[in-house]
Amino acid sequence: MDLEAAKVIGAGLAAIGVGTAAIGVGHVFGSFLESAIRNPAAADGQQGRLFIGFAAAELLGLIAFAVAMIILFVI
Amino acid sequence: MAAETRIDPMHQFQINPLAGNLDGSPFVFTNSALWMFIVLALIWLFMMGGMKRRLVPGRWQMAVEGVTGFITSMLAVNVGPEGRKYVPWVFTLFMFILFANILGMMPFALYPGLHAFTVTSQFTVTGVLAIISFSIVLIVGFWRHGLHFFSLFVPSGTPFLLKLLIVPIEFVSFMVRPFSLALRLFVAMIAGHILVEVFANFVVTGLNAGGVVGPAVSLLSFVFIMGVLTLELLVCAIQAYVFALLTTLYINDAVNLH
Repeated sequence: MDLEAAKVIGAGLAAIGVGTAAIGVGHVFGSFLESAIRNPAAADGQQGRLFIGFAAAELLGLIAFAVAMIILFVI
Repeated sequence: MAAETRIDPMHQFQINPLAGNLDGSPFVFTNSALWMFIVLALIWLFMMGGMKRRLVPGRWQMAVEGVTGFITSMLAVNVGPEGRKYVPWVFTLFMFILFANILGMMPFALYPGLHAFTVTSQFTVTGVLAIISFSIVLIVGFWRHGLHFFSLFVPSGTPFLLKLLIVPIEFVSFMVRPFSLALRLFVAMIAGHILVEVFANFVVTGLNAGGVVGPAVSLLSFVFIMGVLTLELLVCAIQAYVFALLTTLYINDAVNLH
């Protein structure tokens, strides 16, 4: 296979990771909302933890994006 | 035709020297430096407008007090009374990142030749910010606790066999912090800008293509861009908040151990 073609396929495969991070971020906010609606009084106090969870889930997707960019532009 | 209208989405992140040249002297005034100065000027204007110390605060003073109060309460909640000492750094971090992010989203390119440069889309900038945060954690940790600071890697009450496994993992997750802190902000900024640019490219090529499908694709892309830009404004604020919040949590680790 041509290197150029292999690069593009590899970058496309790396983009799958971004989608899985979307599942993760959705799960973080979804679970938060689910429990926040049950107990709205406690919801505001957990906002910090919500964003920590969001940041952790998002980071993995961003790493997938960085991998795609490295494959496309650096190698 | 297709080759002519092709837009390079990475071009907007290019560093151009405004004075001096990049290969010779280490002191070059680049567009990145220029935009950093613009960010600083804006923060200075914002703060000066709100620091008149009126007894009955006006709108502007309320805005400034809102931001300072937000950061102060974030440190008070997460670190405790000791956290007040670190308000200046976390506040600086939050304001700089927020202003740099939002300034990068502004449509200055409506005026030909002028285009906004996102300072935080450079890994060097976010990396330096993260390294300063991490250094503060290390210095404060070793200053306050001495070598006892290493107990950060050992959760209390762990059996010995589990310690062999947990300590390396905790160590790696600790050492990766500055990297993840910098990477998150940098990639979030760069990804949003590339996405907008790629779809802006679709608008232009769609209009050039003509027919029925071309303009339809253009219109769809245009609507999509507006949605993405709104989301990006949210991401700008969230990333600044997350950076400040994680710095706060790391400082909490250094101040209070576990």
